Amino acid sequence: MAEHEEKIKFNIENEILPTPLVMPRYRKLKRLSIIITSLVALIPLFIVTLLNYYQDQEAYHAETRYTISRLLSNTQKTLEYAIKERRSALSLIIHERTYEELNSQESLKTALSNLKESFGGFVDIGLIESSGLQTHYLGPYDLRGKNYQEQDWFKEILVRNVFVSDVFMGHRNIPHFVIAFKHEKPNGDFYVIRTTIDMDLLYRLIYDLDLDKNTDAFIINREGLLQTPSLFYGNILDKVKISVPEHFRQREVIDEYHEDGMWLTTGYVYIEESPFILVVIKQRENPFFHWFYRRTGLIWFLLLSAGLILAVVIYGSTHTVKRLRELDKRRVKIFHNMEYTNKMATIGRMAAGVAHEINNPLAIINEKAGLLKDLVLHTENCPNQDKFLKLADSITGSVERCSKVTHRLLGFAKRMEDNIEMVDLKSLLEEVVGFQNTEIAHRNLKVNFAFDGNLPTIESDRGQLQQVFLNIINNAFAAVDDGGQIDISTAPCADREVAVTITDNGSGIPEENLQNIFEPFYSTKGQFGTGLGLSITRDIIDKLGGKIEVESQIGKGTSFIVKLPCHSKRVAFQEKI
Amino acid sequence: MSELKVLLVDDEEELVSTLVERLEYRQIKAVFLLTGAAAIQRMREETFDVVVLDLKLPGISGIETMRVIKKEHPEVPIILITGHGSLANEEDMPKGAFDYLPKPIDLEILVQKIREAVAVK
Repeated sequence: MAEHEEKIKFNIENEILPTPLVMPRYRKLKRLSIIITSLVALIPLFIVTLLNYYQDQEAYHAETRYTISRLLSNTQKTLEYAIKERRSALSLIIHERTYEELNSQESLKTALSNLKESFGGFVDIGLIESSGLQTHYLGPYDLRGKNYQEQDWFKEILVRNVFVSDVFMGHRNIPHFVIAFKHEKPNGDFYVIRTTIDMDLLYRLIYDLDLDKNTDAFIINREGLLQTPSLFYGNILDKVKISVPEHFRQREVIDEYHEDGMWLTTGYVYIEESPFILVVIKQRENPFFHWFYRRTGLIWFLLLSAGLILAVVIYGSTHTVKRLRELDKRRVKIFHNMEYTNKMATIGRMAAGVAHEINNPLAIINEKAGLLKDLVLHTENCPNQDKFLKLADSITGSVERCSKVTHRLLGFAKRMEDNIEMVDLKSLLEEVVGFQNTEIAHRNLKVNFAFDGNLPTIESDRGQLQQVFLNIINNAFAAVDDGGQIDISTAPCADREVAVTITDNGSGIPEENLQNIFEPFYSTKGQFGTGLGLSITRDIIDKLGGKIEVESQIGKGTSFIVKLPCHSKRVAFQEKI
Repeated sequence: MSELKVLLVDDEEELVSTLVERLEYRQIKAVFLLTGAAAIQRMREETFDVVVLDLKLPGISGIETMRVIKKEHPEVPIILITGHGSLANEEDMPKGAFDYLPKPIDLEILVQKIREAVAVK
């Protein structure tokens, strides 16, 4: 029988199911399915969120730029106007009167009081000769007789006619700036009218902007020195840390990131005909937090959707892969059924044919030997009568042995069909081992039986049980070395169940193979096994309502425990598929 | 007890001819025939106490032969022999047969069955 099994090998492996139906394969499939589906579903969601983030950033930037731009524009106009207005006033005074008219304390006093009255912001006024000497002065300090020849602004005015100075400390050591006018005398000489402008003019300008705590506005000169105090960069005449922007008529707004973790948007504009640059700096929120707080709803929606998608994907993939595994299992079951039926039908036909053909000549031998005996017995004084009788008995004895084999074969073939009957496990196991007597003798194997005396006969399919035990015992024989030992025992177990344990003292099965040995197409015998033996075995036991367990220890051996119900719980094969 | 007369039907001449001889030793007169058709014909001419019939016969099969004999001579018991092994259970025995013996036949059992069949008759 074992040989038949080897010969009638179905080459399913290469054609239909190339890989064993083992768990890791399905786990991998599930993982892959979850990852790919999640990515496909989640990536667009994240892209949309990212787009929203960038759009939000852009809107925020635009808004900041716009605010700064407006501030710059308004302040620039006011400042330019304020300076222009004062220059025009001075211009009027100079052009209205002659040098002679101006060259008196009285006249300057009238001029200063007129200026203060009409425009405000003027602190003092002085008349300076081309030598740099201030000949007349009217104001809160005593500056009459001071010589400005060495001062920068005076050198400057020699080349220009009108001059607006930076803020500087000067003789009085308080910050101020001056506006000076040069005027030619008819004799070719010149004189200068110089007036100090109250810093309140600049302070008020900034103050009037009514800025929030994140916004700083100040004026710097072209060297980057503060002309008004700054919220972020210190006091008057301190050097600001920002680089002085290049001269450009238009307003310029720049996004900058500063190392100290502040997000700053800076705007600046050059004030015409003055050394001043107006700067507005707005400290922005961290762009991510700004987005995060403004779009909390969207982020919640994103997280919820992602969670929901993941849940659905995981559930879906798990379910699909489970279904796939079930379908694969079903498919394998159908193959089993096909293979099993084919194999058994072939074996059955062969066995029956062989047995029948042998039985006829056996019957003839049997009768001839019998006749020989009859003749010897009925012949008076037959010489060597005893010897003849012995020989004839030997022949009929051998015939009986042969006929036992043929009857067993015939019985086996008949039981291939579904057939529930009362089965005595003891005789069945002995019979199965009996099939292997030659191998046992050849390989000097030791087979021990330990049958429980009270074991009931069970309701089951004799032929299929034979197949099951033949398979397991065959495997046991393959597992042990020559001279190995196989123990077969039966015992009642649990409620209305019996257990058959087949233990070998072979090499054992490694843990990692143990969980797969019942999987279809799983074989450790390389090209010699179909990987179907134990899988079919488990299927048959399943159908008979029993179960099979395996225990193994490397180097010590393996035990297969088959538990069978005493009463048939058989489910028709067709129903199970 | 008068001598029993048995008809043996089997296509294996070596087997049946030997059986005939052996039955003679046991005071059973036996006649053998090789086909079902011959057996049916012979039964019409002669009376037998028991018919021993192989199931596998050339031409008319054993079962068919048995059906005809049973119809024509319902009182004659028929014992079947076959090379197909023993029956799994009683119900599998073809209807109308007295008993069923697997090949090779144990002659003592055959003799016993023949005597039982006649006794029942």
